[in-house]
Amino acid sequence: MGKRMRDDEEDAGEVALRKAGMKLPSNIKNKHKRSAEYAKVRAEKIKEKKQRIKARDTAERQAVELGETPPPRQVPKTIENTREADETVAQPDDEELQVDDGVDEFSGHFARAQMPKLLITTSQECSSPTRKFIKELLTVIPNATFYKRGSYDLKQIVKFAKNRDFTTMFVVNENRKQPNGLLMIALPEGPTAHFKLSSIKLSKKIKGHGKPTSHMPELLLNNFTTRLGHRVGRLFASVFPQDPQFRGRRAVTFHNQRDFIFFRHHRYIFEEKEIKELAPVTIGVNSDKKSRKAAPKTVKKNAVVARLQECGPRFTLKLQSLQSGTFDSKYGEYEWVHKPDMDTSRRRFFL
Amino acid sequence: MQTQNFCRNEYNVTGLCNRSSCPLANSRYSTIREIDGTLYLYMKSIERSHAPKDLWERVKLPRNYGKALETIDKHLEHWPKFLVHKNKQRLTKMTQYLIRMRKLALKMKRKLVTMPAKEVKREKRREAKALTAAVLDKSIEKELLQRLQSGTYGDIYNFPVKEYEKVLAMEEMEPAGEESEEEEEEEPEVEYVEGYEMEDEDEDDAMEDFAQGANRMPDSEDDDGEQSDEDSDESEEADLEASLRSKKAPKVPSKRSQATPVPVGRKKRRPHVEIEYEEEREMESSHV
Repeated sequence: MGKRMRDDEEDAGEVALRKAGMKLPSNIKNKHKRSAEYAKVRAEKIKEKKQRIKARDTAERQAVELGETPPPRQVPKTIENTREADETVAQPDDEELQVDDGVDEFSGHFARAQMPKLLITTSQECSSPTRKFIKELLTVIPNATFYKRGSYDLKQIVKFAKNRDFTTMFVVNENRKQPNGLLMIALPEGPTAHFKLSSIKLSKKIKGHGKPTSHMPELLLNNFTTRLGHRVGRLFASVFPQDPQFRGRRAVTFHNQRDFIFFRHHRYIFEEKEIKELAPVTIGVNSDKKSRKAAPKTVKKNAVVARLQECGPRFTLKLQSLQSGTFDSKYGEYEWVHKPDMDTSRRRFFL
Repeated sequence: MQTQNFCRNEYNVTGLCNRSSCPLANSRYSTIREIDGTLYLYMKSIERSHAPKDLWERVKLPRNYGKALETIDKHLEHWPKFLVHKNKQRLTKMTQYLIRMRKLALKMKRKLVTMPAKEVKREKRREAKALTAAVLDKSIEKELLQRLQSGTYGDIYNFPVKEYEKVLAMEEMEPAGEESEEEEEEEPEVEYVEGYEMEDEDEDDAMEDFAQGANRMPDSEDDDGEQSDEDSDESEEADLEASLRSKKAPKVPSKRSQATPVPVGRKKRRPHVEIEYEEEREMESSHV
């Protein structure tokens, strides 16, 4: 061959193009002409997509007219529904899980043996943003007290807390004057969970925020699917008292999405509202063009909706490590530790 | 204060570069060196200067500071005072820093962890995307409505079942046909119900003491006996109940608001569900 082989890697499409004698847009040296070519390619793609959608819609309409069920629409792939299958997903009817729940560190709390008592402290440095955050936490969590850190070791503080009958301990860690970590230690022999704390928004900065009451809040734990997630969920639940006052209409949410746990604090209310709904299309009846055009497109219905008013802080947690037993970073047994090579797959989550 | 050079030789006693403290310049010399926390007295004499391998004689010093001083005195008995003095000074300094090291090792050391900028950026991006995927307000509202519908709030609210059933159904985006079917099922209250559920409802009313007597907790109206895991199970419960709902038609809410224990040992394949009804203490007085 007289020609020099430039690129050794050519994918199948490019090979076909080359053989067909058509010029690749990437081989055009002139930027204006090259970008014009790319624009053409893009316009082609958009046109094709429109045609596909049109064809799909006509097929659906025809099927409805004929009285058959329309072909099912493709479900778009999301990260959540393409998540890597995890064998540790906790099934609700799992006996082993129920047995474990009965004997784990939190069974005492769930059996209403004790009212939770929370101790909040900081790392050795405590700047004013951290103090503000802690002040907000004290309003959200009932029966919580803040103690200054002093120069005690964490192990010593754990001992003191146990002596004074605390059930959980929070240590807010900070870096460069901003809180960045939260260490949750369940007492007396509970697991220690270390979280990365981010995106803190104090209630003052939230637009239209409400003032929380002192009713016992309701707890919502969303999306804790795996065994590890279940355990972390129970850890959160052990911080709040077991008897929510529903008349107070206060809800605290820990929502797990892709291993990020979003904390929200709301006051809610149920209301009956008139909502417009698309008129139901019954298959096979009245679906020819004339009657369809005559029938109203939207129907007003009375429905119950929940409205939320956000109060209290808003922050995000990400689990770094879960260690069984109270804080002992050297000799403690870690149930789960985050390693950087766990991040390699974008579809793998652990909570 | 004089500026002086430091001596780089490991065997130097003072650390300064002087004629008198240079280990190379003096044929009779002694130092103290530390290996792995133990102190040794090193001595060099002119008799062994032809054999570099055996040049330095090593003596292990006892851990006791006083005894170590005596050992130095013994070994450097007739040596020049300068060397003896400097060796003792070095011994003192070394024992002091070893003590400090041992104390520090007992204390908790804070571990500084680096966060590579790439990872920080990546986390931030992923968090933002997770937030949009979470649709927090909607999911919280949905969960609250599910709880309302499943009767966890008891009689606080008086919304008819139909209404929020519809909203939930709408949010789940079921095809329109199914929706109308569900509506029809609820109104007559008994029609499209599976066999064994019907029996339950009858027997609950009629034979309260009989089948349930043995298995029942002392207080059927109270919630205490039934509550096991509360909040973490609530979301699971709602899922459970959602799956149950899809199998049978939902019960009428008025029946739900009473705490009726699940009859044990009744049906063959009934999934074991611990349904708990949270009711406030205050409410019981309002029932008068």
